[in-house]
Amino acid sequence: MSDTQLTLDPEVGDGYGGPGEVFGHTLRPGELDLSHKVILYLEDITVSFDGFKALNKLSLTIDAGELRCIIGPNGAGKTTMMDVITGKTRPDSGRVFFGQTLDLTQMTEPEIANAGIGRKFQTPTIFDRLSVFENLELAMKADKRVRSTLRARIDSEQQDRIAETLDLIRLGDQAHRLAGLLSHGQKQWLEIGMLLMQEPKLLLLDEPVAGMTDDETERTAELFLSLAGRHSLVVVEHDMAFIRQLGGKVTVLHEGSVLAEGSLDMLQNDPRVIEVYLGR
Amino acid sequence: MEVCDVKTTTFSRTPFVFRIAQSLDRRAWIALVVAALVAFVLIPLLHLAIPADSIFHLSDYFITLGGKILCYAIVAVALDLIWGFAGILSLGHGLFFALGGYAFGMYLMRQIGRDGSYQSDLPDFMVFLGWKELPWYWYGSDSFLWSVLLVLVVPTLVAFVFGFFAFRSRINGVYFTIITQALTFAAMLLFFRNETGFGGNNGFTDFKRILGFSITSPETRVVLFALSALALMLTLVFVNYLMKSKFGRVLVAIRDAESRVMFLGYNPLWYKLSVWTLSAMLCAIAGALYVPQVGIINPSEMSAANSIEMAVWVAVGGRGTIIGPVIGAGIVNLAKSWFTMSFPQYWLFFLGTLFIVITLFLPDGLVGLWNRLRRMRGGESA
Ligand SMILES: Nc1ncnc2c1ncn2[C@@H]1O[C@H](COP(=O)(O)OP(=O)(O)O)[C@@H](O)[C@H]1O
Ligand SMILES: [Mg+2]
Repeated sequence: MSDTQLTLDPEVGDGYGGPGEVFGHTLRPGELDLSHKVILYLEDITVSFDGFKALNKLSLTIDAGELRCIIGPNGAGKTTMMDVITGKTRPDSGRVFFGQTLDLTQMTEPEIANAGIGRKFQTPTIFDRLSVFENLELAMKADKRVRSTLRARIDSEQQDRIAETLDLIRLGDQAHRLAGLLSHGQKQWLEIGMLLMQEPKLLLLDEPVAGMTDDETERTAELFLSLAGRHSLVVVEHDMAFIRQLGGKVTVLHEGSVLAEGSLDMLQNDPRVIEVYLGR
Repeated sequence: MEVCDVKTTTFSRTPFVFRIAQSLDRRAWIALVVAALVAFVLIPLLHLAIPADSIFHLSDYFITLGGKILCYAIVAVALDLIWGFAGILSLGHGLFFALGGYAFGMYLMRQIGRDGSYQSDLPDFMVFLGWKELPWYWYGSDSFLWSVLLVLVVPTLVAFVFGFFAFRSRINGVYFTIITQALTFAAMLLFFRNETGFGGNNGFTDFKRILGFSITSPETRVVLFALSALALMLTLVFVNYLMKSKFGRVLVAIRDAESRVMFLGYNPLWYKLSVWTLSAMLCAIAGALYVPQVGIINPSEMSAANSIEMAVWVAVGGRGTIIGPVIGAGIVNLAKSWFTMSFPQYWLFFLGTLFIVITLFLPDGLVGLWNRLRRMRGGESA
């Protein structure tokens, strides 16, 4: 049902609207409204753990096709934000809209995944005891209910897609190796490959280049840039060179809410940002 | 949210039986044929056709012990399905086994007819309690087919309801294990009560007939033995098929990283619930085959130790392998019958030591050890 409303316009966005461009726009759930080409809209999200507010009235908008970087000191709430979007954590208050109509706070993790949101965890999370190929096979977009997996067979078209992804993540010669035996960087890439197999419309990537070599990091940036436009990406990172290479709009999170938003250059000269983050 | 518009998945239209047959490789076929010849031809002949004084004669004792171990092997495979593959340890499988046994035991009690000590239509224990008629849940128990239906439905339903609430509340790991143990314990206390209507702490025993045939005749024993062997073989073939399907890979994935499975769009609830329910049903079938062969069922089948022993069979043979649990159930139970004859007082010490040794040194059990030895030999010759 969500497919039609989330059709992406490939022309959309390098992600540069002025800050606040789409804030203040009233969303009417149930109504299809693509006039603002918004794919994700967080509205006043608050999450507290034993009274401590990990997210504090956080509001954020991601455009369709945008590549957005999120930075912020440890504990700023970046991972918690992804938990809220993917249904792992329920916010105390606030709402999260995927497109104009789907309220993610009312959906379960698998429903959110099937609606078109893929997530890469901060620590690579793959299936150690399955082969690289099988990891990709399970991730592949398909009917994921029990009765279909009982009789599913891989056809040649799917075989090709897996092979393509294997090449893309440079694990073509490791296809039948147990995923648990891969190096850290390779695991990161496998998880990214799994994400791509899901064919999500929105990709959430939590510190995707942590533990990668410079070369791997550079290739990851190229991959993400090639995805933007067709997909929307939200990337949490600490690696400033990597963020510079991605070149999109950057949001600074601090103590659970947005401190500043704009281009990296602009933010690096913003005294508030320097104080909490960059200046350290 | 329905996931319908999916063009990328294809389903094979091959009939189910063919797909199952395709899942077996050459070695599996050979093993099956050999097992079938031994269980359905050789052993029956050695028991029925060879005179009792010949050294080739297989005694009643052997047939009963063998049949019992086959039932235990089914339990072990069932437990491995949920523990070895899906990573969920149940210490409550004794309950499903006992429920299957009780459901079929009701039929066996009714088959005694008026040959009990009180010569009544009611089972002896009911006469003893002064009951005048059968409780409502005993109606239909004189029908073989109805009892088979009870065996298949009641334990499965109990497992389904329990599993649904436990998995939906995301009760995992050791918490789940403890709750299964508690459930079994509660059921044991319930079955110990005379008022429950299942013979209290004596349970059911003194069976005379099954489908009108004497339950202790050599022919009946052989048929029950062969049925147990057939049930085990079908179980193995089906489990092998499941584990080679995408369904089986999702189970392993849930064991490795459940949250990743969820964020890929699978709902682990239904995967866990279906494999859990199937596992319970297999246990119930094993229990129903077990009771006529050993001639007794009582609440001690639901004791904590029993369910723990089942886990030991799986651990010894090798978790997450198809044949490991069968080997484990065989070896541990052969050892047990030897111990209980020779030094019964040491059995529990032996069992405990075995479990510790296996856990510390052979996490993949005997099958894992075998594979490691083979790899080492392969490495030398290469
Ligand atoms: N499950 C939890 N229980 C308690 N506190 C948590 C939990 N998850 C996160 N937190 C706290 O919330 C804050 C934000 O965490 P997180 O979102 O992981 O930050 P980041 O990813 O930006 O480093 C941290 O102070 C962290 O300790
Ligand atoms: Mg984090």
